Amino acid sequence: MLRDITIGQYYSADSVLHRMDPRTKLLGTMIYLVSLFLFDSAPVYALAAVFLGVVIMLSKVPFSYMVKGLKSILFLLLFTVFMNMLFVKGEVIWSFWKLQVTREGLRKSGFMAARLILLILGSNLMTLTTTPTRLTNAMESVMKPLKLIKVPVHEIAMMMSIALRFIPILLDETDKIMKAQLARGADFESGNLIRKAKSMVPVLVPLFISAFRRANDLAMAMEARCYHGGKGRTQMKPLKYAGRDFAAYAVLLLYLAGVIVIGKFL
Amino acid sequence: MGIIHINKVKYEYIRRDEENNVEGITTAVDGVSLAVEPGEFIAILGHNGSGKSTLAKHLNAILCPSEGSVVVDGMDTQDEDHLLQIRQTAGMVFQNPDNQIIGQIVEEDVGFGPENMGVPTKEIWERVEESLKAVGMYEYRSYSPNKLSGGQKQRVSIASVIAMHPKCIILDEPTAMLDPMGRKEVIRAVRALNDVEKITMILITHYMEEVIYADRVFVMDKGKVAMSGTPKEIFSRVSELRDLRLDVPQVTELAYELKCAGLPLPDGILTREELTEALQKVRKMRDRREQE
Amino acid sequence: MEDMKLIADHLVYEYNKGTNQTVRALDDVNFVIRTGEFIGLIGHTGSGKSTLVQHLNALLKPDSGTIYYDGADVFEKGYDRKALRGKVGLVFQYPEHQLFEETVFKEVCYGPINMGLDTKEVEMTAYAAIKRVGLPDECIDQSPFDLSGGQKRRVAIASVLAMKPEILVLDEPTAGLDPKGRDELLSMIVELREKEGITVVLVSHSMEDVAEYVERIIVMDKGKILYDDVPKAVFSHAEELEAIGLAAPQVTYILKDLKAAGFDVDTTGITLAEAKETILQALTWKH
Repeated sequence: MLRDITIGQYYSADSVLHRMDPRTKLLGTMIYLVSLFLFDSAPVYALAAVFLGVVIMLSKVPFSYMVKGLKSILFLLLFTVFMNMLFVKGEVIWSFWKLQVTREGLRKSGFMAARLILLILGSNLMTLTTTPTRLTNAMESVMKPLKLIKVPVHEIAMMMSIALRFIPILLDETDKIMKAQLARGADFESGNLIRKAKSMVPVLVPLFISAFRRANDLAMAMEARCYHGGKGRTQMKPLKYAGRDFAAYAVLLLYLAGVIVIGKFL
Repeated sequence: MGIIHINKVKYEYIRRDEENNVEGITTAVDGVSLAVEPGEFIAILGHNGSGKSTLAKHLNAILCPSEGSVVVDGMDTQDEDHLLQIRQTAGMVFQNPDNQIIGQIVEEDVGFGPENMGVPTKEIWERVEESLKAVGMYEYRSYSPNKLSGGQKQRVSIASVIAMHPKCIILDEPTAMLDPMGRKEVIRAVRALNDVEKITMILITHYMEEVIYADRVFVMDKGKVAMSGTPKEIFSRVSELRDLRLDVPQVTELAYELKCAGLPLPDGILTREELTEALQKVRKMRDRREQE
Repeated sequence: MEDMKLIADHLVYEYNKGTNQTVRALDDVNFVIRTGEFIGLIGHTGSGKSTLVQHLNALLKPDSGTIYYDGADVFEKGYDRKALRGKVGLVFQYPEHQLFEETVFKEVCYGPINMGLDTKEVEMTAYAAIKRVGLPDECIDQSPFDLSGGQKRRVAIASVLAMKPEILVLDEPTAGLDPKGRDELLSMIVELREKEGITVVLVSHSMEDVAEYVERIIVMDKGKILYDDVPKAVFSHAEELEAIGLAAPQVTYILKDLKAAGFDVDTTGITLAEAKETILQALTWKH
């Protein structure tokens, strides 16, 4: 059931993208996401799609695996598309009762869908090729200036990294508890919303208890291994830019320039 | 010079009901004294709730005694200034394999301790490599812990402790949640580290087969040390162990049953070889008797 | 046919389909469970035994093949799988981790309520189940979280028993218990079977426990059934079992050692009592 969620899970492989500095990937993803919002034009989306396609190929993550990750947002996707299709005013091409589909609506929803898909795939690719530790390291490093205004950057990064480590474990656990309650005759599917919500109590209570137990155990294990905050701590894998990162930044700039040129002049 | 001195340690905690009123006081550890010499392999046995895990948590200052004292390598555990040094000297491996691995990747987890201690980057890598090799997990260094078996995870946890270069490792029921194969893997690693690296081991468990290699065994009950001695001495006292909700290894049990049936066998047989040998002696005795 | 309570028919099940990490957890698994049997299911971690038990009450749907219960295909459209879960009671590993209610009594009532029984029946079966697992009366109104580890586990087992299952499947019921707790729990299961004739499937890592209690052993390896026979026959394959990370009971090895040392013992013994008897016989020891 829950095993199908691929968002945020690391996909182990050996590729240029996997080896890249996480800061490059983090900033690169941000630049890519921004590029999707600059222009509403078909050629720009085509360029963005091709660019992402090439990067996915470089990452060695199978396309089918990436597409599977989209399944979980299918509902959101259809919903936005329908809303845009029905409520954007303009030249009517098809109508039924009070609902109207306009040319502009169709165009807008098409762009919306393209943007959403590229957005999800793009950010998904980052988490698929970067271990959460490296990602949090990158965030800690990128956010370092915030330390000056007393933001506990190290602590935030550590919390995120622990949360990420436990997501798969807790998902597994949820699966196990749901099955255990199903074995006791539970029914999570039928009934109205309130009944459904009620039927989740036997899952949520054990899940919370387990999460607290794990948190307690983990805190003890961290203390036993001399954890005492960020002070005086060294790093096993300090971040260091390599040639491929500079190359990646160059490619990204070229891409951004391409987007701007196409968006402005085509 | 002992490495750990436990001196009349008592640990009490207050039970409270839902309204936070005091319900009573539970004494989890009740006046335990024992000393551990460097390089020893100590086993602490006891049924669930006998106080053995609570005692273990005193040995690296996760808990502090209500009365008495614990001294690790000359440092009192109540002395806040030595906290980090104590935890470095006496490392701890816990029961649940999932809840003590902090890193996303095996090698990152092993590096976590040295990072906290401020070890320079290059040396962290050396320590990680040597520790993973010591428990036979080096080839898994880039795996996600979620992809490992329970026994492998516990070996990683042991490596993570070794990377801090401790003098002593406390293992708090490291095999309770493992299958028989995982249990063997972990015990083999523990014995090897004790034999080769001379690291002092304190193993807390309720699996009898695991303690037969220990130098000394302590059996706990109701917060007190109920029995102590070599494994042979302990396992000679089958009926007492049963009264303490414990068992003996099946070989020992069989020898005990045979003895009860009248065979002149010695007490405390721990291995198959010992039993075969003892039975051969019995056979010789029988043959001699028949000749007479 | 009348006795074939549950038939597993060519079960195939795969994890992580469509990735580079597909695992075939069940690979053409076939067997029959008859009423009143006491079956031990063994295999090392990852052999597919946990996946298999989740098929027995239709928690997992096989990719191909099916399960017949009382002659009916349980994966057919319209089959009442909820009712099936009452008849094939599955107790998971560490079942105390699924407890959620305020009192032991409410906890045990959860199953029968889901089965749609009326209030009186629910309360009667729940009370009976609490008694059957040997919990004292004063536990009933306590929070399950205040009990000891062994007692929590009994509550969890009672909550499955309260659905009055015909087959009881227990996945590693003694994991994490101390020796006494383990013995108590196993004798409770034996008693349940003897007194009420419940069919029991026991998943276990302990060869000694399996040898002592069950009548038939199913050995799983890499998703396939390797052996399905009486314990003596299965444990005569000690070397093959070792090759897949299992073993014969310790006493069997002792008997083999003795045989090699020239004692005339019966090496098919798998329990302590059998070993004792054959050793005494071989020595013809007179008191």
